[in-house]
Amino acid sequence: MAERVRKAFSIRRLPGFTTVTMICFAALYAPIIVIVLYSFNAGDSVALWEGFSLDWYTVAAQNEQVQDATLRSLLIALWASGIATTLATMAALGTTRTAKFPGSTLIYVLINQPLMVPEIVTAVALLIFFASIKVATGYSGLAYLILAHAAFCVPFAYLPIRARLEGMDRVLEIAAADLYATPWQTFRRVTLPLVAPGIVAGAMLAFVISLDDVIITEFVKSAGQDTLPTYMLGQLRRAVTPEVNAISTALLGLTILLLTAFFILTGRNDKSA
Amino acid sequence: MSDIAVSAQSITKVFGSLSGGLRALDDVSVDIKTNEFFTLLGPSGCGKTTLLRLIAGFETPTFGSIVLEGVDITTDPPFKRPVNTVFQSYALFPHLTVAQNVGFGLEMLGKTKKEITHAVDEVLALVRMEEMAHRYPSQLSGGQQQRVALARALAPKPSVLLLDEPLSALDLKLRKQMQIELKRMQMETGITFIFVTHDQEEALTMSDRIAVMSAGRIQQIGAPRDIYNAPTNRFVADFIGESNFLPAEVAEVGMVTLANGNKVPAVVPDDLVTGSKVTVSIRPEQVELDPAGEGVLAGTITELVYFGTDMHAHVDLGDGSVLVARVQAEADRSLVKGEQAGVRFASGGLRVVEDGS
Amino acid sequence: MTLEAGQPRSLEAEATNRRIRRNWLLSLPAILLLLVAASGPLLIVLVYSFLKPGDFSGVVWEPSFNAWFQILFSRDIFDDTVGLADAHLTIFWRSVRLSLSTTLITLVLGLPTAYFIATRSGRQRTFWLFLITIPFWTNLLIRTFAILEMLRNEGIVNNSLMSLGLIAEPIQILYTDTAVLIGMAYVYLPLMVLPLYAAIERLDFRLVEAGYDLYANRLQVFRKVILPIIKPGIVAGSILVFVPSLGAYVTPRVLGGGKNMMIGNFIELQFGQGRNWPLGSSLSILLLLIVMAALLFYVRASSREEPHG
Repeated sequence: MAERVRKAFSIRRLPGFTTVTMICFAALYAPIIVIVLYSFNAGDSVALWEGFSLDWYTVAAQNEQVQDATLRSLLIALWASGIATTLATMAALGTTRTAKFPGSTLIYVLINQPLMVPEIVTAVALLIFFASIKVATGYSGLAYLILAHAAFCVPFAYLPIRARLEGMDRVLEIAAADLYATPWQTFRRVTLPLVAPGIVAGAMLAFVISLDDVIITEFVKSAGQDTLPTYMLGQLRRAVTPEVNAISTALLGLTILLLTAFFILTGRNDKSA
Repeated sequence: MSDIAVSAQSITKVFGSLSGGLRALDDVSVDIKTNEFFTLLGPSGCGKTTLLRLIAGFETPTFGSIVLEGVDITTDPPFKRPVNTVFQSYALFPHLTVAQNVGFGLEMLGKTKKEITHAVDEVLALVRMEEMAHRYPSQLSGGQQQRVALARALAPKPSVLLLDEPLSALDLKLRKQMQIELKRMQMETGITFIFVTHDQEEALTMSDRIAVMSAGRIQQIGAPRDIYNAPTNRFVADFIGESNFLPAEVAEVGMVTLANGNKVPAVVPDDLVTGSKVTVSIRPEQVELDPAGEGVLAGTITELVYFGTDMHAHVDLGDGSVLVARVQAEADRSLVKGEQAGVRFASGGLRVVEDGS
Repeated sequence: MTLEAGQPRSLEAEATNRRIRRNWLLSLPAILLLLVAASGPLLIVLVYSFLKPGDFSGVVWEPSFNAWFQILFSRDIFDDTVGLADAHLTIFWRSVRLSLSTTLITLVLGLPTAYFIATRSGRQRTFWLFLITIPFWTNLLIRTFAILEMLRNEGIVNNSLMSLGLIAEPIQILYTDTAVLIGMAYVYLPLMVLPLYAAIERLDFRLVEAGYDLYANRLQVFRKVILPIIKPGIVAGSILVFVPSLGAYVTPRVLGGGKNMMIGNFIELQFGQGRNWPLGSSLSILLLLIVMAALLFYVRASSREEPHG
């Protein structure tokens, strides 16, 4: 017989917690895994497995509506994240590492407003506002969507940049000034290179957030301006097809790719700083 | 060129509101000579770092002005002042190599690549860091980073080098070594050094002159020897080395009356009149104890604290005050705890100090 | 204190003013964008809530409190008597009930999960944290869609139950409140786990040791030591889940199938088929006020907790 194994008392263990955790992760991932698996299903059923194929990716890729929506999504996300990141970087420079000043709380609240106001409320507000501008100007292009996306992306770009700036030692910039660097030279040669990982991380978050948006896009878009998510929402209203599985899986892949890059980027920051 | 490098004139610096804010410097004036190793010494919060930052241009004085080699630079931004700083935390740019860090100032001054390379090599040789030119700061030890910080501040050949407790992060052995090296570099470069520290030993070792600061004011300025041997007030006597303080009364020229009525010789400032109540100070090593009971004061030995070659004997004078004497541990075996002892003072050791702070 | 006669230097004041001007200038572009495309339009919504609805859509520029009145009451078409608007109350009650349930479910599941992750060490912790972050950043629509797939009559859940012999024919889960609840708990779970994780990660386990040392058993240590210390995290997570749940739009729309509306869908309806923009506006403002109240409660609660943390 084996020796009786005595279980050591562990300070950190709480009974049942590990079980609940495993159930949680299983529940989180099972639905996603099902989607990914069935996107490779040969048949057109979303319930019955009929063998491996890439047919639905081909179908999705050849669907002109999907092509249009994908390009539009990417275009909007690029513009929106670009604008949001630029403005967020400037705002972060103006609001971090500085004593409280008149209006600083107001600026902070405004910048983070999209995180606090329910998206449906902003969507409704933008619908009303942009509808009247569309009537007044006759312009109904993508600019509305880009502006709306850029606005709600600002806090997502702002937060990692701010965190990076706050972790940066002010004395480095003082040292640069001591070594004859003008304020602009200090910014170019010291501040910007050091804050760059935060800016890239912020831009990536903004990109993902813009790419994922459904509600605001659904309310602001004019006819024929579907993005990938609103196209999918439209499809869901009808029958669910494996084509949507394929699009979802592709989007999921892109998200994981960007996230991994984000993790690597922010992880490495800690070491070099 | 005048022989005054930096002149701080009636500097007051208040953080926060003028009436309720923190008065970091209170009407401070000091002239620092060219080629001098000048030390600002004091406990934390005494204003020494603030004064350094005002000279560097990181802060603006509330009142008063800073004059550098005859030019008023009070309002000039730091990048227009020919003054460089060695920061306490070193503040090396983590994204630049050692050579790029050292060359940064010269590059900002618009020097050519060739000049920069030449100057960087030269100054890296001075701090003995040639080998490390292409490393990043994160790959260096604390002592090496310290040398790079020094090289970076010296490279543009400033008229004045400011050092903000640069040795505080080093261990004791390395600190001793750097003290000597700093002095050597100051001699070799001929640059005026203004050094901030709270470590009195460091200050006494390296400085040509020391300004002892407390509570936003300069308490005394002088050569290390003068400061140690002739402290003018109680704070300086207490902060530099150790001192005993006794109440006394001025008796006549060069004499004071102690609490027990005995008259003893002391250094008394001329402006004090007979009968003035004063405080006299005496260093422990200038106190002599006599087990036989002979002396100007008498008391009971309450404590004998042994530390190697010397020991401290605490003598209770009976009026609530305790005097500390530093005696040789082996020679004075005759001292016994609990026994009476007479107290004598070495000649010239007793001096009147200003009370106050 | 003696000040010299004459004017004190105002250099410092000047520098401060310069700094404030610079900070504002740097923040201005972002603020303008947010005013135009986020905050400003909210004011229009507020104004619209006090106007009369147009015939087909939009508004008629006549002041009216009718939209606010309509939120709770309805006027009988025939005899003009005023009664409670039952349909609206049902929707509000469903929204609040589902949001609270979602918060509770995610808390019960999320707390052990967060605790598990926070008590891992080094690389393991990063791994589990990464696993919880992926769903967090995955498109909400995709996640809702994944749940839709699971809950369908011929989906995995029903198929498994049938093959286990537990049920004879598929049960209708989809397009019920239960489906919406499952979906919201699923999509908002990471929002609960992350703040809880942050709170537990900072927990000083020496306090837990002290608890055990003083004769507390596991349950007592959990209730008397761990829970009170991580309470700010629990409050933060609950707010983070409750607020978006209350304003949820996509999940109830996809999983509730149009009938089981929540406030978000009801608002949308007013701008679509309902053609009552003022009512939609007043509902939006109401939703916003509730959310602000919840956030204010959170700020109050967390600032009170601060001395501990």
